Amino acid sequence: MKYRGILLPKIIDALEQLGQFWLFVVEMFKQMVRRPFRWYLVAEQLEKIGVYSVPIILLSSLTIGMIFSLQLGSFLSMFRAEMLVGAAVAKTLSRELAPVVTALMLIARNGSAMTAEIGTMRATEQIDAMETMSVNPIQYLTVPRVVASILAFPVLTAIANIVGVLGSYFISVLVRKVDKAGFLDQMYAYVDPVDIISGFIKAAVMGLLVSTICCFYGYYAKGGSRGVGDAATKAVVVSSVGILVADYIMADIMLKVLFD
Amino acid sequence: MDIIISVRGLYKAFADKKVLQGVDIDVPKGKITSIIGQSGTGKSVLFKCIIGIMQADRGSIQVDGEEITNLPEIQMRRIRRRFGYCFQDAALFDSMTVEENIAFPLREVLGMKDKRKMKAIVKEKLQWIELPGIEEKYPSELSGGMRKRVGVARTLAIEPDILLFDEPTTGLDPVLSESINKLIKRVNEEFGITCMVISHDIKGTFSISDQIAFLHDGAIQAVGSPVEVARAQHPILRKFLENSFADLKVDCGPEE
Repeated sequence: MKYRGILLPKIIDALEQLGQFWLFVVEMFKQMVRRPFRWYLVAEQLEKIGVYSVPIILLSSLTIGMIFSLQLGSFLSMFRAEMLVGAAVAKTLSRELAPVVTALMLIARNGSAMTAEIGTMRATEQIDAMETMSVNPIQYLTVPRVVASILAFPVLTAIANIVGVLGSYFISVLVRKVDKAGFLDQMYAYVDPVDIISGFIKAAVMGLLVSTICCFYGYYAKGGSRGVGDAATKAVVVSSVGILVADYIMADIMLKVLFD
Repeated sequence: MDIIISVRGLYKAFADKKVLQGVDIDVPKGKITSIIGQSGTGKSVLFKCIIGIMQADRGSIQVDGEEITNLPEIQMRRIRRRFGYCFQDAALFDSMTVEENIAFPLREVLGMKDKRKMKAIVKEKLQWIELPGIEEKYPSELSGGMRKRVGVARTLAIEPDILLFDEPTTGLDPVLSESINKLIKRVNEEFGITCMVISHDIKGTFSISDQIAFLHDGAIQAVGSPVEVARAQHPILRKFLENSFADLKVDCGPEE
């Protein structure tokens, strides 16, 4: 009973925010199909989210591929099955690790920046200024970021797949002296195109999720610079947890639909 | 006298806080109307209701005789196209240069695509606000007064019929405040634009306005020409005026 006074307002607040998010998403989809289409803004965001993120994706996926091969190699060597490292790394990367790691890296690099940028625009009345000029801020600010994220996440995931496998090849073949032909042969035998495609689908959904959540928190940021900071923190936490939950749901669906 | 904006019985509340409680005001066409009043009395809320980025709870707002409360968004855009809004801190887009800021409404509101024409308009507007050659600068590189001038140039780019100035002189020194007040007067006289100004700069307001309205307790308590408002007997307004014009005495130098 004594928790009612503390819990109830929090529950109401959470439900209110959920409702607000829902309305935001509906408005965003409406604006996505409404003229004018600002392709130059999408291109600008593709450069920011896609091109400028390549180095961090290269570094993180290369490291993951290498670490994974190191650990897996020492484990599989107990069964004299080191040749399976390539297949295991490629399959895990394409289905799970590449989209998730890419999304996490992009949340850190671009998601927080999206929230901070839009939040600052809210705090300094730049969004109000757009409204007074009859420019829909959701269409101008959110739609290009979301479209660019949906397009960029799968491409970056593809890069992560390739570089991760290269990292694995380096550790397994060049460092641990696993047979090169066996490594590649097992990888070709066990990795299907559908594994790679499922990863791309996941990446696109994660792109949509991350950019929408981050833009939402920025758009409704309140309370000046502190509010913008809080909004960026919330956006990073919610989108990070969100993509993991979404990944589980998508993995479950895809295992039943695509891999059965 | 032609009335361009007519507000009748306007109410607006935020949760339990009643901000506007029956505002009535007529804004004459081609004149400068200033709204004065204490902070937090709802002057900016009134502006935001007039321009339609905030919905009033009830009441009527007419622009050139057309009721604009509850207009669908598409029609509201047409009405809003006639307005310009100068924000307190100019609200320039900080990721864009001055040129991109002024060109923004040309591209997004008027749908202009000719870059050479846009450049020419930007140059002309910057010359008009007496800040030529700052096209490539970012808002963070400008002083407060310059930012406000660029804000005015941005709103002038689409040649509006009505300009709303939200505390244009707040945060500026007296010399800059005077220059901004002169700029408002020039906008009104040279382009014939109807100006509505929210200001705490009472002296400046009295020097440029054709009509002054005093907003207090959610309603207009006094309205008229500067002389009429100066004679009004509302106690808070009297205090406002006495404080402002007492400063004027100090400005005149020590009494012997």
